Amino acid sequence: MKFFNHMTFGQYVPAESPVHGLDPRCKILVVLVILTGIFMAKHPAVFAAWGVLLAGLTLAARLPTKLVLGSAKPVLILALFTASIHIFFTKGEPLFSLGIINITSEGLVLALYMGLRLIFLVLFASFLTLTTRPMELADGLERLFSPFARFGFPAHELAMMMTIALRFIPTLLDETDRIMKAQLARGASFDRGGLWKRLKAFIPVLIPLFVIVFQRAEDLAVAMEARNYRGGAGRTRMNPLRWRGADTAALILVPLAVFILVYADRSLA
Amino acid sequence: MSIIVKNLGHVYHPGTPLETRSLCDISFELERGTWLSVAGHTGSGKSTLGQHLNGIIAPMEGTVTVDGMAVKEKGPDLREIRARVGLVFQYPEQQLFAETVYEEIAFAPRNWGTPEEEIDARVKEAARAAGLDESRLTRSPFQLSGGEKRKVAIASVLSSKPDYLVLDEPTAGLDSFSRRELADLLAGLKEGGMGIVLITHDLDIALSRSDAVLVLDGGREAALGTPAEVLARLEENPVPGLRLPDVAALSLLLRQRGRKAPVTWDWRELKNALFRSSK
Ligand SMILES: Nc1ncnc2c1ncn2[C@@H]1O[C@H](COP(=O)(O)OP(=O)(O)OP(=O)(O)O)[C@@H](O)[C@H]1O
Ligand SMILES: [Mg+2]
Repeated sequence: MKFFNHMTFGQYVPAESPVHGLDPRCKILVVLVILTGIFMAKHPAVFAAWGVLLAGLTLAARLPTKLVLGSAKPVLILALFTASIHIFFTKGEPLFSLGIINITSEGLVLALYMGLRLIFLVLFASFLTLTTRPMELADGLERLFSPFARFGFPAHELAMMMTIALRFIPTLLDETDRIMKAQLARGASFDRGGLWKRLKAFIPVLIPLFVIVFQRAEDLAVAMEARNYRGGAGRTRMNPLRWRGADTAALILVPLAVFILVYADRSLA
Repeated sequence: MSIIVKNLGHVYHPGTPLETRSLCDISFELERGTWLSVAGHTGSGKSTLGQHLNGIIAPMEGTVTVDGMAVKEKGPDLREIRARVGLVFQYPEQQLFAETVYEEIAFAPRNWGTPEEEIDARVKEAARAAGLDESRLTRSPFQLSGGEKRKVAIASVLSSKPDYLVLDEPTAGLDSFSRRELADLLAGLKEGGMGIVLITHDLDIALSRSDAVLVLDGGREAALGTPAEVLARLEENPVPGLRLPDVAALSLLLRQRGRKAPVTWDWRELKNALFRSSK
């Protein structure tokens, strides 16, 4: 029994691929551009084009399709919720009505787009974490933010916090899984009784989890201090980031493609 | 009345890049009132096997049967199976959550629906069996030492009076005295008719105290049988990462140098044999 399939939670999946090989700075910028582009998508043809891009990216990154699609699972509920709000609350020509509820064709279309947009957003964003080591990701962010450090922006600290948080998500899911199993073995049940009873059943999971989290945080702090960690100033890298030709190419081509898509969207609408 | 494991296999994360085979074609039977030890190096699949025995993990290949009930992912028998097979997890002290040790030990029997008037006796009996001082019952489990926490965790499983007890490396991190104590506790429970599965790195305890030993290597059975059979087998085909007990290793060395020495883990037996042969 497995309570969480954290494989799908944007965890880094090692592979030899052109996408994995790109510089994290390039990937972060490119993903930002892509996300902006998706926000602006309105036309069915453009959505289809994004779908094709997604398929292409999956192939290029040599990731299993199932794994990539799986990363949308956590937002599926949110997407459905957003979509249903649009279904019920969009004004227009009623397609049919139930009492005070009007379902309009505009609403349906808007709902579909909104849901698709959200799912595409997550799917594209997940490539960043699926193909980039958390360490590289933080390095990339730190370097991108470092110009602002002059104005007192804590670029290094933020990047370090992010790395640690990202690094510990799978660990915490594993721990939660283990504690839930241990309590199951002592007769706890998480799927019986009413809502209150189910919520209460999580107390024996949450308390040990908090204990472990604080313990880990303390251990980590001690370990970092013991290795003389004292913030970003003067730190060098074991694997310095290297900007290659492919990165420049990606940074020119992808925004160009996004621009064309957005432009096409505008002129089709 | 027994736990029967037949051709059990398990793969973590099948169909993903993280796919790992952790068990392959494992079969054995554990009767009530007997003690089986499962030994093997780190990552050999011991914990995975242990979690199969009470349905925390359902078999994906092969079968596990507890007193005639098959372990499945879901089903009416699952709770009954979990109630009959107590499982003490690796690092069980990390599962503690209650305000007092008493509440911690009472957690399992309450969950299994033991009548409230019986609980008090159950808690005290389990605490005593696990070697916990009664004065500890009113304390917070978080204020205890590591070894005491371990004892609380073991008592919190004993209190539901399982018919079988599976312990995943309960001796890790305990001193040699506590280890002996724990082994004595298990021997006592076994005499009382409980079926014991002890998962351990420690071949010494596995060989000297149990009725049967299963050695895992990379998820496969490397040896299965009585302690004597298993030791003989291990001397012929050493399992990487699994050290023979010092006495057995010494005895083997002596035999390789042409001395007469028995296949044993018991230092008295080796000593007597050596004294006899040197006379
Ligand atoms: N939740 C999991 N996800 C993926 N792989 C796992 C998981 N748990 C265990 N494994 C893998 O399965 C194999 C067997 O693990 P298991 O925990 O059963 O070993 P073990 O013999 O108990 O080791 P140890 O002595 O360190 O406790 C290992 O290769 C391990 O990496
Ligand atoms: Mg283990």
